[in-house]
Amino acid sequence: MRNKYSVFSLIKNALSYHENWQRAWKDPAPKKEYDAVIVGGGGHGLATAYYLAKKHNMNNIAVVEKGWIGGGNTGRNTTIIRSNYLWDASAGLYDHALKIWEGLSQELNYNVMFSQRGVMNLAHNLQDVRDLKRRTHANRLNGIDAVYLSTEEVKKFCPIINTSPDIRYPVLGGTLQRRAGTARHDAVAWGYARGADAMGVDIIQNCEVKGVKRNGDSVEGIETTKGFIKTKKVGVVAAGHSSVIANMAGLRLPLESKPLQALVSEPVKPIIDTVVMSNAVHAYVSQSDKGELVIGAGTDDYVSYTQKGSHQIVEGTLNAILELYPIFSRMRMLRQWGGIVDICPDASPILSKTSIKGLYFNCGWGTGGFKATPGSGDLFAHTIANDEPHKLNAAFNLNRFVSGDLVDEHGAAAVAH
Amino acid sequence: MFLINCPYCGERDQQEFKAGGEAHIERPKQPTELSDDEWAEYLFMRKNIKGVQFERWNHAHGCRKWFNMVRDTSNDEIKAIYKMGEKPPSQ
Repeated sequence: MRNKYSVFSLIKNALSYHENWQRAWKDPAPKKEYDAVIVGGGGHGLATAYYLAKKHNMNNIAVVEKGWIGGGNTGRNTTIIRSNYLWDASAGLYDHALKIWEGLSQELNYNVMFSQRGVMNLAHNLQDVRDLKRRTHANRLNGIDAVYLSTEEVKKFCPIINTSPDIRYPVLGGTLQRRAGTARHDAVAWGYARGADAMGVDIIQNCEVKGVKRNGDSVEGIETTKGFIKTKKVGVVAAGHSSVIANMAGLRLPLESKPLQALVSEPVKPIIDTVVMSNAVHAYVSQSDKGELVIGAGTDDYVSYTQKGSHQIVEGTLNAILELYPIFSRMRMLRQWGGIVDICPDASPILSKTSIKGLYFNCGWGTGGFKATPGSGDLFAHTIANDEPHKLNAAFNLNRFVSGDLVDEHGAAAVAH
Repeated sequence: MFLINCPYCGERDQQEFKAGGEAHIERPKQPTELSDDEWAEYLFMRKNIKGVQFERWNHAHGCRKWFNMVRDTSNDEIKAIYKMGEKPPSQ
């Protein structure tokens, strides 16, 4: 039985010097057989397991993770959450996630520090202005809060932005989604892990998948570094390594894995109380609760699994940041890192069945998967449990690359690729 | 970030180059006879290998010529570089 976190448990544990907190999740050895196995213990994978147990009564399941949970892209992203995507299918998908975010801390009894501080997207040329206005209208038709701001309104909402008309790429306007914001990424992984574990899900860390065993056109189990695990359903949520698992099963995916970088500055007092993104010059920035500026850079254009990126990518982003925020000119950067993102040709994800029975893929989130974590888990759990997609993820099937029914979100995906 | 030995210009910074994706994907000889599945395979499906991969690169800010590269994507080590039309080295 899992103890509930509350002010009373905090006081009780303070009295014993915080030495007797219950483990948030167990560290089990894998059983011989499960009803389903999720490959990948990041936010999306753990959320999938959580909703499989909670909504579909599948408790005899496991999550296998080659490293430690939340140690991949879940712990490497810039934690931005928004749902202002252009097309109806994407609006449904991302806003479903945003609605779950709004009650997630209560649902999980774990503070994911979800902060609806707003996300502003800037326009720097006439085409940006037209695209962002179109996207604002499309959002509002789909019931997503969005407003278009003039240059003066941008300045009023975030006074440190340089809105002078004589900069290289002047700010011509922007959009604002007030329900958007940020959350604490590690807490999302830990909260879902704790919730799933409490319902009987085995979370198996340091367990790398080495092979997918097939019997003709159906899945029989997976070979791992901790032995063979028999299962009829495998849900792969392996982000940048999705193609690696697909190749084991003899499948090909329309993905390319590339390094995406982010960096944080030294911590300073509160200076920016929102998230500002700028696609055209490729700069986005917010401030963490610790006070660090959290800055997202771009992807390298070549396939790589090295979890580091090129210096010129960071340099380009910082050039843009400095032009837009001259106040940051003397900030020092503290840390820089990379994550491997799996990019789809249409910049939309894949949550889908495959040609192999019992093998499901949740991948292709590219540069912007964190925001969708709860919705992605919920819909992927539905897809695995029912062997059919939910209507909200039906459009995000693998077959769209055959039918041509792509969901082109290159404009709304903040990182150009 | 790494150095690339352009077969025409010599060793240059990777920043001067543009990656052109997986190499040796042949354009269909009879495009009108291709099924939707075959088109999807040609247009979208990629090996995306973690390990040794064959790629095309372009010296975009140099001679602007295309060439092929064999690279280990797990550590960015370049194994071989050869010109377009040349036979890929055996692994």
